Amino acid sequence: MATTAAAPKFQPVNTDGSYGESGFWSWMTTVDHKRIGTLYLYTALFFFIVGGIEAGIMRWQLALPNSHVVSAQMYNQLFTMHGTTMVFLAIMPLSAAFFNYLIPLQIGARDVAFPRLNAFSYWVYLLGGLFISIPILFKTAPDAGWFGYAPLTTPQFSGGLNIDFWVIGLQILGISSLAAAFNFITTIINLRAPGMTLMRMPMFTWMSFVVQFLLILAFPAITIALVFLLFDRFFGTQFYEIASGADPLLWQHLFWVFGHPEVYILILPAFGLVSEILPTFSKKPLFGYNVMVYSGIMIGVLGFGVWAHHMFAVGMGAVADSIFSLVTMLIGIPTGVKIFNWIATMWAGEIRFTAAMKFAIGLIALFTIGGISGVMHSSPPADTQQTDTYFVVAHFHYVLFGGSIMGILGGIYYYFPKMTGRYMSEKLGTWHFWLTFIAMNLTFFPMHFSGLLGMPRRVYTYDAGQGWEKFNLASSLGTALLIFATSLFVINFLWSRKNGAKAPNDAWGAATLEWSIPSPPPDYNFAQIPIVTSRSPLWDLKHPEMTAGIAHSSPDAMTITDSHAVPMHEETEYKTAKELGIPMPFPTIKPFFAALGIIVMFSGLIFIHLDKFAIAMAITIGGAVLLVGSLYAWLTSPLE
Amino acid sequence: MSDHHAPGAAAAQEEHEEHEHPSWKQYKWVALILLVITVVEVWVYYTPFAKSPYFNPFLITMSAVKFGIVVQMYMHLKYDHKLFRALFFGPLLIAMFTVTALLFLFHQLPPLF
Amino acid sequence: MATAVTHEAHEAHDTHEHVHYTSTGLDNRKVAIWAFIGSECMLFASLISTYLIYKGRSRVGPLPHEIWTSPSGQIFQPILNIPVTSASTFVLLMSSLVMVLALAAVENRGKPGYVGTLLGNSKFWLAATALMGATFLGFQAYEFTSFVHEGLTIKTNLFGSSFFTLTGFHGAHVTAGVLWLLTLLAIDIKRGLTPKDAILVDICALYWHFVDVVWIAIFTLVYLIK
Repeated sequence: MATTAAAPKFQPVNTDGSYGESGFWSWMTTVDHKRIGTLYLYTALFFFIVGGIEAGIMRWQLALPNSHVVSAQMYNQLFTMHGTTMVFLAIMPLSAAFFNYLIPLQIGARDVAFPRLNAFSYWVYLLGGLFISIPILFKTAPDAGWFGYAPLTTPQFSGGLNIDFWVIGLQILGISSLAAAFNFITTIINLRAPGMTLMRMPMFTWMSFVVQFLLILAFPAITIALVFLLFDRFFGTQFYEIASGADPLLWQHLFWVFGHPEVYILILPAFGLVSEILPTFSKKPLFGYNVMVYSGIMIGVLGFGVWAHHMFAVGMGAVADSIFSLVTMLIGIPTGVKIFNWIATMWAGEIRFTAAMKFAIGLIALFTIGGISGVMHSSPPADTQQTDTYFVVAHFHYVLFGGSIMGILGGIYYYFPKMTGRYMSEKLGTWHFWLTFIAMNLTFFPMHFSGLLGMPRRVYTYDAGQGWEKFNLASSLGTALLIFATSLFVINFLWSRKNGAKAPNDAWGAATLEWSIPSPPPDYNFAQIPIVTSRSPLWDLKHPEMTAGIAHSSPDAMTITDSHAVPMHEETEYKTAKELGIPMPFPTIKPFFAALGIIVMFSGLIFIHLDKFAIAMAITIGGAVLLVGSLYAWLTSPLE
Repeated sequence: MSDHHAPGAAAAQEEHEEHEHPSWKQYKWVALILLVITVVEVWVYYTPFAKSPYFNPFLITMSAVKFGIVVQMYMHLKYDHKLFRALFFGPLLIAMFTVTALLFLFHQLPPLF
Repeated sequence: MATAVTHEAHEAHDTHEHVHYTSTGLDNRKVAIWAFIGSECMLFASLISTYLIYKGRSRVGPLPHEIWTSPSGQIFQPILNIPVTSASTFVLLMSSLVMVLALAAVENRGKPGYVGTLLGNSKFWLAATALMGATFLGFQAYEFTSFVHEGLTIKTNLFGSSFFTLTGFHGAHVTAGVLWLLTLLAIDIKRGLTPKDAILVDICALYWHFVDVVWIAIFTLVYLIK
C-alpha cells in the first residue's frame, strides 16, 4: 500500500490482495455490490443507446410519408426490439444499477445479503440481453411487438426463429430479475444498520423495497405465459390454438397481470431517486415522508388490480370495464400525492439548480403530463378511441422517458461523485438537460395530435394527405435532437470519470448515510457501522442547528449497545479491509458459469426449430450440467 | 413489519430462538386431521352430494382448511416471526385475488351483476 | 430460478462460524425462502387459473370427468383416476409429517428423548421424506404414462395441455425438493447435522411443505371439483 500516498486519497483499492487490481478478471469474478452496480450501469447504458438507435431508424423512416428506409419486416423488428430493449435491458437494469450501488450504502450495510447471487443476476442479465439483442443483426429479431400477443406469436402466424429468441430471452431475463429481487428483499429486511428502522429508511430504498415485491409477484405471471408459448412453439401444446378452443385473451390477461405492475417497476425507482435529489438541493427534509411511503405501497398494491385497462378495446363487458376503470382512476391519487409532496418539498427551500435538480424537476413536470393522459385512458369510452394510436405512444413515452429516464439521468448526475469521486460537468449537464427537455417534448408532444388524428401505432409508413406529416416530421426532428443531447451526456460521463472536479465524501450536502463514507466507497463501505437515530443522520451530525426543531429522532436508538456499531460519524480515514479485520467475500467465477449454463441450456431449444434434435439435446443437457455443476461448486465453497 | 425490531434486534433473536415448535404429539394430530379431511373429500366425491351445488364450495372450504393447517403448523407460521406471515399472506392474497378476477373475466364464475 | 435461490440458501453452511448481525435477528436464508414462496404463490396461481379457465373448453377428448365419444364412435371413459391419486396425495401429505420430524430431530439433537431413539434419527427421517417424495413422483409417472396410453397427451386438447403443464410443474418442484433432501442427507451422513444447522433443514422443510400445500389445492381443484 506504499503507493497509495501518491494516489488520490480514496482510491477504490482492492485491499486484501484477493482481487486483481482492476483487470478484466477482477470484474468477471467480483461479488462487490458496487462493482456489480457499475457493471449494470455500463451495460444498461449500452443497451439504452442500442434502443435509441433503433428508435432513431424508425423516426427516420417516419419523418416523411411513403419513405422506405427499412422494409416493413425490418420495421416490425425495430419497434419490437426498441420496446423490449428499453423496458427489459435499459430502464430496469438502470434501476438495478442503483439498487445494487445504493441500497447497501443507504441502509448502512457492507454488502447485499447474497453477494454471489447478486453477481449471478448480473451475468444472467448480460448474457440474456445479448441473446435477445444479437438476432437483429441477422434480420431475425423478434417482430411481434414488445408484448408479443398470442395467437400472433404462435407457430401458425410466426413460424420463424424470431419469436423463439424473444420467448427464450425474456424467460432468461426473468430469472435475473427474480433472483435479484429475493436478494434485495432480504437485504433491506435484514441488513439495516442499528437504528435504521423501516420508517427511517431513505425514500429510494423504500421505493426499491416496494419494487422488489412487484418483481416477485409480477414476473411469475409472465413466466407462466411464456412457458405456455414456449410449449406451444416447441412441444405442440394447445394453449393459444384458437382452433382447439383456446381463448385469444388468455395471453393478454396473463401478460398484463405482469405488464401493469411492470410499469410501476419502471417508474418507482425513478420516484425514489427524485425523492433523494429534491431534499438535498432544497435544503429541506422530504415533505410528508410517511405519506410518501404509504402512497408508494398503495401504488404497488393497486398496481395489481388495474391490468385490464390495457384491454378495454377487447370488450370485457360493462362490469369489468367499470371496475378496472375505477381502480385506475384511484391509482392516480397516490401518484398525485407524490407530485404534490415533491412540490411542497421545494416550497420555500434554498434551491440549488444543479443538473441533477433540473432533471428531478423535469420529471415532475413531464411525468405529470404523462399521468394526466394516463387518467384519460382510464375512461373506457375515451380509451377505445385512443387504443393503438400514437396518442398511447405519446402517453407512455411521457411517463417512461419523461418519468423514468429523467429520474435516472438525474440520479446519475447526483450519484456520479459517489461512484467515481468526481463531479460530472455541470455546464455540459445543463446543456444536456435543456436539449433533452426540448427534444423530448418536440418528439413526443406531437404524437398526441397524430394519434388523435387517427395515426395507428406500428405502421412502417403512411400516405400523405391525412394531416400527419408535420407532426411526424416534428417527432423525427425531436428524435435527432434527442440523440445529439444524449451524445453530450455520454461525452460528459466518459470525460468526467477521469477529468471531473474532485468530489468530497459529501458531494452535495445530503442527509443520508451513503454520503458519510469516502467517494468512491472502500470495498467494505463502512469501517464502523453507524447507529442511526433519525431520517437525516448526516444533517443531524453536520448541521444540528438545522434539524434541532424537527421531532424526528427518538432516544431509544441511543440505547443500542451493539459491539460493532458506533454513534453516527463521518469516515475520512482510509484503511484496508484487512487492517480493519473486516472479512470480505471471496471473488468467484462460479456465478458466471452458472449463468452461462442457463443461457446454453435455453439456447439448445433453438436447434429444435432448425430440425437438429440431437444437437438441441446435446446443448441443453450440456448447459444443464454446467449449471448444476457450477451451483454445487458455488454452494459448497465458503463465502468469505 | 414494524419499526421496533431493528433496535431490539438482540432481544428479538432471543425471543425467536426460545419459542418451541409444536411437539410430536401435536404433529401426529395434525397429520390425522389432514388425513380425515382428505378421506372425507374423496368419500364425498362418490356420494350423491357430488351433484349438489354445494359440492364445489364444500371441497374448496375443506382444502382451504388443510392448506391453513399445514401453513400454520408444519410451516410453523403460527409460532414464527410476524414478518414471515406478511411475506407469505401478502403475496397469497394478491395471488388469490388474481385467480378470482381471472375466473370472473373468463366467465368461469357466475357474473356478479 | 428455483434452484438458484434455494441453493444460495445453502451457501453459508461452511461459514457459520461468522455469525452475521441481522436487523431483525432472523436468518437471511429464511427471509429469502419466504419471499421465494410468496413468489411461487403467484406462479401456481397463474397455472391454476389457466387450468380452470380452460375447464370444459376442450373440443376433443379424453376429458377429466366426462365420457367422450369421438366422431368415429370410440368411447373414452373419464380419464382421472381418483383412487390412485388419492393414494399419492396421502403419501405426499404424510411426507410433510415426516419432514417436521426430520427438522425436530436436528433441532433437538442431544436433548432427552432424542438421543439414540428413532425420533432423534435425522438421517432416517430425511431419507423417509425423500423416499415418500420419490414415491409420489412414481405415482405421477404411472399416471402420466397411463394417460398417454389412453390417448391423452400434452398435445391432445386444452385439458391435456393445461393438466400436464400444471401437474408437471408441481412434479418438477417435488423433484427439486427430493434432490435438496438427498443433499441434506448426504451432509448429515458426511459430517452430521447439528442444531446449528437446523436452519438448513428448516428452509428445505418450508419449501417441501409449500409444495405439499400446492398439491392440496391441485388435488381439490383438478381432481375432485366437477
